Amino acid sequence: MAVDANSSFITWVLYILQSSWPLFLRGAQVTLIISLSGTIIGFLIGVLIGIIRTIPIDHNTNLFKRIVLKIIDYFLLCYIEVFRGTPMMVQAMVIFYGSAMIYGIRMSPIFAGVFIVSINTGAYMAEIVRGGIISIDKGQFEASHAIGMTHAQTMISIVLPQAIRNILPALSNEFVINIKDTSVLNVIGVTELYFQSNSAAGNNFRYFEVFLITCIIYFIMTFTVTRILRYFEAKLEGPSVYTIHGSQTVPEAEIKISTGSKKNGKNH
Amino acid sequence: MEKIIKINHLQKSFGAIEVLKDINFSVSKGEVVCIIGSSGSGKSTLLRCLNLLEIPSSGEVVYHGQNILEQKMSNAVYRAKMGMVFQQFNLFNNLNVLDNCVIGQVKVLKKNTAAAKKTALDYLELVGMSQFINAKPHQISGGQKQRVAIARALSMEPEALLFDEPTSALDPEMVGEVLKVMKNLAKSGLTMLIVTHEMAFARDVANRVVFMDSGVIVEDDVPDVVFNNPNNERTRIFLKRILEN
Repeated sequence: MAVDANSSFITWVLYILQSSWPLFLRGAQVTLIISLSGTIIGFLIGVLIGIIRTIPIDHNTNLFKRIVLKIIDYFLLCYIEVFRGTPMMVQAMVIFYGSAMIYGIRMSPIFAGVFIVSINTGAYMAEIVRGGIISIDKGQFEASHAIGMTHAQTMISIVLPQAIRNILPALSNEFVINIKDTSVLNVIGVTELYFQSNSAAGNNFRYFEVFLITCIIYFIMTFTVTRILRYFEAKLEGPSVYTIHGSQTVPEAEIKISTGSKKNGKNH
Repeated sequence: MEKIIKINHLQKSFGAIEVLKDINFSVSKGEVVCIIGSSGSGKSTLLRCLNLLEIPSSGEVVYHGQNILEQKMSNAVYRAKMGMVFQQFNLFNNLNVLDNCVIGQVKVLKKNTAAAKKTALDYLELVGMSQFINAKPHQISGGQKQRVAIARALSMEPEALLFDEPTSALDPEMVGEVLKVMKNLAKSGLTMLIVTHEMAFARDVANRVVFMDSGVIVEDDVPDVVFNNPNNERTRIFLKRILEN
């Protein structure tokens, strides 16, 4: 396909797609890898911190445990405040060049990208998970303690499944933000979608056409991700139908009851 | 009669407010004790102290001759012996009816899942909820939830069952089904301690009725005496006010 300065907009877009598709593809791939692993690792960090920060301290807790928890809590709070309070782009520069200069560690750009996105997401998720845990009705904890379950058992079997179900929308938010925000990692030479688009634009001297394509690719990625997570949300909600067991021996006696729980899932 | 629980000089304060003042009281095996009294008289707090959901400020809770506040016995082991039924049901929202009754047996009593399921089904059958084993808590009515909550407590095969106003959050038409289940349990010889506003039920089912007012036990006697011939003026005033409504 031949193009020149007078070619139409559509011709240029088609030409760029035809000539630069491997760049876009590789860029999108790196963006997805970094944002997916960053979100997952960040989520795990967040869950861990959320659990630690909601360990109950009462007058039964011995002094040593109380002091240890206070110190850990202080450090976690510093971590959360620092990483929420500074731009990810700046963190990327500080960590990537700082680790090379001070410790002589040369991270690969992709590793650095995953690392930075993870700890950043972790700082946000920590607060989201904490919010999810404290929003669970106190009665759930009490009922669980009343049948003799320990705090750890209560968290794992009762509270976290409910809390995580409730914070899934926030998790999908974080994922979408990460897909878009990995674009700032081009400052440390991560060859993600924005970086690759810049190359493609430079090759062709066509910025509008290239970045319009980039825009569409970003949107396809974020839209797909939100749809997939919405599907999981619905899955976790469980079926809106349950079976009445008319008789243990006669399966025909079973009746399906639909309760429309999808809408009223939160009602007690 | 063998004493399951004996409370000596129990006192509980929340900040500057003294909710329970020098409570002395005991429950024998097979007894059904109803605790009555106006709101804020400390009856729920007393029940919650028995299950250590509240830690008493001072005093003793003696379980089979052992003071459980001395921490020789783990709270978890003791709590598994004291079943609790809450006003707000507090079924585990992420689990279906059957798993609500299974999880404690598996996690706390370390039973295998098959045995736990069998026990759970037996008790769900007893409260008339065995048809609903795969319903989630938000899919069933209040009365059904409370019956499942009773089955959940029974599945742990506790020595005594504590009821904290089990019918107060229910629609009037559902109160009956829960009281019926409790009545049957009482007949079966289960030790029960019930905080309630259902005077007719207390009169009918209880072996003993305890009247509490402002954090003290005012009256502790058989229902006939408490309801028809109370010793204390405060009991008389309370009952008069209740029965007028």
